[in-house]
Amino acid sequence: MNMTKNRVGIVIGCALILGWCLLPVAWIISLSFKSQEAITNGSPGFFPSSGTGAGWKNYEDVLKDDQFKHAIFNSIGISLISTVLSVIIATLAAYAIARLEFRGKRFVLTTALVIAMFPVVSLVSPLFDMWRTFGIYDTWLGLILPYMSFTLPLAIWTLSAFFREIPWEMEQAAQVDGATSWQAFRKVIVPLAAPGVFTAAILTFFFAWNDFVFGISLTSTENARPIPAALSFFVGADPFNRPASLLAAGAVVATIPIIVIVLFFQRKIVAGLTSGAVKG
Amino acid sequence: MATIEMKNIVKKYGDGFPAVNDISIDVADGEFVILVGPSGCGKSTLLRMIVGLEDITSGDMIVDGKRVNDLAPRDRNLAMVFQNYALYPHLTVYENIAFPLRLAGKSESEIDQKVREASKTLELDEHLERKPANLSGGQRQRVAMGRAIVRDAKAFLFDEPLSNLDAKLRGQMRTEIARLQKRLGITTVYVTHDQTEAMTLGDRVAVMKRGVLQQLATPRELYEQPVNLFVAGFIGSPPMNFLPATVEGGKVKLPFGDFDLPQEKAAKTEGKGLLMAGIRPEHFEDASVMDGGSDSTFTAKIDVREWLGDQQYAYIPYEAEQQVQDQLKELAKEVDSESLRTQLVVSLDSASRVEEGQEATLHIDTRKMHLFDPSSGDNLTVGL
Repeated sequence: MNMTKNRVGIVIGCALILGWCLLPVAWIISLSFKSQEAITNGSPGFFPSSGTGAGWKNYEDVLKDDQFKHAIFNSIGISLISTVLSVIIATLAAYAIARLEFRGKRFVLTTALVIAMFPVVSLVSPLFDMWRTFGIYDTWLGLILPYMSFTLPLAIWTLSAFFREIPWEMEQAAQVDGATSWQAFRKVIVPLAAPGVFTAAILTFFFAWNDFVFGISLTSTENARPIPAALSFFVGADPFNRPASLLAAGAVVATIPIIVIVLFFQRKIVAGLTSGAVKG
Repeated sequence: MATIEMKNIVKKYGDGFPAVNDISIDVADGEFVILVGPSGCGKSTLLRMIVGLEDITSGDMIVDGKRVNDLAPRDRNLAMVFQNYALYPHLTVYENIAFPLRLAGKSESEIDQKVREASKTLELDEHLERKPANLSGGQRQRVAMGRAIVRDAKAFLFDEPLSNLDAKLRGQMRTEIARLQKRLGITTVYVTHDQTEAMTLGDRVAVMKRGVLQQLATPRELYEQPVNLFVAGFIGSPPMNFLPATVEGGKVKLPFGDFDLPQEKAAKTEGKGLLMAGIRPEHFEDASVMDGGSDSTFTAKIDVREWLGDQQYAYIPYEAEQQVQDQLKELAKEVDSESLRTQLVVSLDSASRVEEGQEATLHIDTRKMHLFDPSSGDNLTVGL
């Protein structure tokens, strides 16, 4: 009796949360299947009424658009590169922070946290000036750098917490078994910290993929403009009448890669990977 | 196969406290040496200095005739079993055992052959494809040992390998380790705080206290000829009884009476004032069950009696001066135990019918008695 009550409660709770989170997504998906006219005329309804549906036409248009294709390519490239670099650097830094005693360790950690708390917007204009002087304005590098510096602190904090959980003996055993410090790190510690590494990777990828402020202010052409910024430049023939259904289709397409990446990484985040290492 | 020579090894931490102080131990080829002592005595630190996980502040560590002070652990070719096993949880049992061989760059066929050999020795054959998380404590322990024996290391080092197992398994694994060591004939240094392990496994046992080596001897010698109060109190269970004593005119004066002392012991201790007498529980006996009687007897009231089948223990409280009580408390603290009251523990024949709360006549074997200088703790009658 109690069990079934619990069950019902859980189902209702889940449904509420899912409804709350997914309603905007559902609305965007519904919009993306409607014709432009239906939206311009107002109150299009959730399901396209007869004659207002556009089928896959919006998606075809979006994917045919050169600007959009460039933006997708830029976004994937920039996000992946910043994720990979950020995770590699964060792993090494976090390992040092977790394992070594050195002067200024606290300083490094607090500075990292301060950087993460800095409002992004306040950095945009100085970066704009600097990047133009350095000649990396409107390039991939110009976006990868700020993305990395904003995601590194979080990645370092996450990973050093993971490393601290791994018993010292693991490395010592490896060293006694004949491993160099680097081998012990690569063959024993990194595999054990894999859940942490993938958590950091997801966080970094999210940040880079969803960023709008840097994306729109540090780019000017299709050269490096990522999707969120590109979507805002999506204007049809009439600048006062933005193609809402086309935008919706673009937004849906832009969401797909991130879902794929999360699903892929999520499988790697297996909790309790270290169980069985020590004691009984 | 190798010898391990420790020469005046010192380990000081940042605050200048010597965790290991001037220890010299020579471990012969194929010998099984135990480092034993209460927690914080530096035994694990010493072991970790042998394997290279701790820096040596001063002194020489010589393995197989070569000074290894400045060598990294991987260059010392020693195998170590950790207290918590330190298995690699992401690798199967097979890969755990193969790990050192892979690092050494051995060929696939050689690795396979050696791993199978080790797993057969340790009866791990049916577990080779499992992960450590799915193994029992005893099996994990065996995997850790497999990782050690698979490579031809110069010596085995064990850091309290059995302390995480339950009592029954501990006994089994103890025998298993002894058998393995005898068969492989490999030099072994074994750290433990458990004196049963120390006494049963070791060819020689090094007793340590606060970073200082107290006595290095065979288990029998440690038990029968402890060099000082600490070793006497640490080795043996139930522990040796300590009683205030004075020696005068060939007799030893104990709280329970005066007893004749063998002449050579009396000569060494005569007129030295208040001493500490040490007598093991088994050197008492119920006079009524002894053949031929005895002339050194005393009567005492039995407080508590524990009958164990093959023998029984009786507890006899006695009054002692504050000074003696303080010293006994101090001694108990050093060996990680606690003395609540001054009492005598005697081991009696199981046939004895002494009753709790009754007076009993007990025999004391003064030939086996040790007399210690209470200020220095030295055994004045060692070798006698």
